[in-house]
Amino acid sequence: MSYLTVEHLTKNFGGLSAVSNVSISVNEGELVGLIGPNGAGKTTLFNVLTGVYKPTQGKVILNKDGKSIELSKLPPYKITHQGVARTFQNIRLFKDLTVLDNVKIAMNQQAKYGLFGALTRLGKFYASEADIEQRAHEFLKKVNLDDLAYDLAKNLPYGKQRQLEIARAMATGAKLLFLDEPAAGMNPQETHALTEFIAKIRKEMDLTIVLIEHDMSLVMNICERIFVLDYGKLIASGTADEVKNNRKVIEAYLGEEE
Amino acid sequence: MKNLFSKKNLIWLGLLIVFFFLVQFLIDIRVITPYYRTIVYWVGIFIILGVSLNIIIGITGQLSLGHAGFMSIGAYSAAIVMQNMPDMTGLLLGMLIGGLVSILVSFVVAIPTLRLKGDYLAIATLGVGEIIRIVILNLEITNGASGISNIKNLISWPLLFVFVVLAVVLSANFKNSAIGRACISIKEDEIASEAMGIHTTKYKVIAFIFGAVLASVAGSLYATTYYVVKPETFGIATSINILIIVVFGGMGSLTGSVIATGFIGIINMFLQSFAEVRLITYALVLIVVMIFRPQGLLGSKEFGLDKILGFKPPFSKKLRKEKST
Ligand SMILES: Nc1ncnc2c1ncn2[C@@H]1O[C@H](COP(=O)(O)OP(=O)(O)O)[C@@H](O)[C@H]1O
Ligand SMILES: [Mg+2]
Repeated sequence: MSYLTVEHLTKNFGGLSAVSNVSISVNEGELVGLIGPNGAGKTTLFNVLTGVYKPTQGKVILNKDGKSIELSKLPPYKITHQGVARTFQNIRLFKDLTVLDNVKIAMNQQAKYGLFGALTRLGKFYASEADIEQRAHEFLKKVNLDDLAYDLAKNLPYGKQRQLEIARAMATGAKLLFLDEPAAGMNPQETHALTEFIAKIRKEMDLTIVLIEHDMSLVMNICERIFVLDYGKLIASGTADEVKNNRKVIEAYLGEEE
Repeated sequence: MKNLFSKKNLIWLGLLIVFFFLVQFLIDIRVITPYYRTIVYWVGIFIILGVSLNIIIGITGQLSLGHAGFMSIGAYSAAIVMQNMPDMTGLLLGMLIGGLVSILVSFVVAIPTLRLKGDYLAIATLGVGEIIRIVILNLEITNGASGISNIKNLISWPLLFVFVVLAVVLSANFKNSAIGRACISIKEDEIASEAMGIHTTKYKVIAFIFGAVLASVAGSLYATTYYVVKPETFGIATSINILIIVVFGGMGSLTGSVIATGFIGIINMFLQSFAEVRLITYALVLIVVMIFRPQGLLGSKEFGLDKILGFKPPFSKKLRKEKST
């Protein structure tokens, strides 16, 4: 069985079927792309996969350590505890907090004390806090953001904010990442830096990545497999070349005024 | 354990001891007259209220307008217990019972109301405060509208000081912990917080209960300080007064709430003799502050020793680098 299996997933908003009977699967270690014109239902699919919305129909199953977990039954925070994290199309950093605190919050599960320890600072409090702080710094070094550790997230340049959001998602301990338009609004230079960043972290940390891109070129470059959504339906899947030459895909993109 | 006795903590401890004895000395030599002392007590009690509401509103971002309700639970618990036990044991027991009742009430209330957001939450908590008041108004044990009087007056500077320091230190510890970070992340962006694996409902409830218990403790101190408790004392006006402290000091700044309460206490003192214009002047001062410092006195920053004494955060490589170059 695949790492992630999406079975006949449907999400309706009133009369609108934003995601309609989509079935896909992703293997461990893969980097796959999810493309489609604006309003195709890509973000909605991510929202269902990460528990923000409950599916109208169908289910999402994660196969981890020989166990299959039905993600579609879990609230978002529990999905994150299963090693699945995401970024948002419109950056959602904790913008008034430092880069370091953004990462520490993602590492919150590692705290080894409860309310009593927090209030009295007895027991493992100091050791655990020092440990989290150190891990957060080590992690930031790994993703080349440690020199910005004490800057507020909102003061980072745009490209770095996107990068931090990905880093923060990884800091939860996630092995499966959903990135929603990570290159949106970037100039070619920033997009290039981001592409390298994604390739690097993926290799170093054994990640499985599903990436949404509205713009085809980035996806075509780095994704091994691509899924194409249009009006909520999966209209094609395959390698970049296969998808590029698919008639339905060409029509979907031509039909879009741009 | 090394960290508990860090240089910073020891300096704070030293400052607190000096401050305690300084005020005690001023009371002893009657520079702080019995009249001024009532202001000191008022400030102390409202510091606890302000700081505890700040945990809910400023740290966790949940607008609550029913804080006086939890204050009244502590006040009545102390008043009722002290009817039969007019001594320190009675006060502490009343405080304990008030705290437990507050945990219960705030827990029951938190689950449904904290699902609401913004204005809806504000209105729901306003309703909770009113319900508590009306229940107290109609219970026999609380003696209805006339309330309970002749409560033994046990307040003293040492007693007040211990509880204020305890409340502020516990609140600061709450804020500067993984739990506090979780709460702050909820305020910053609830959806992102949940996506980072934070059980947002749980932390909102914890913050709400924590704030309610501290408010209840402040209520018990209130009862023994003013020796009368009446339902009308704990209405919306008092909740708003506590909210003003939080906004005035700065959302999320605990030291801001402490300083703001002191400030408001002093303003009240000067305006005491001008009863007619008191409320207007008070309002004007607030409006002026809000125009020039809409983020409150301290914003979301804390007044700390780090900057004054040049302490570095433990792992602050960058700051160290900057200093050496
Ligand atoms: N919460 C919602 N309520 C109603 N309609 C929604 C909601 N979220 C998304 N939609 C609709 O679902 C469709 C797919 O949107 P979205 O998933 O954001 O597309 P994409 O990310 O592919 O651009 C759009 O028509 C959008 O208006
Ligand atoms: Mg989208």
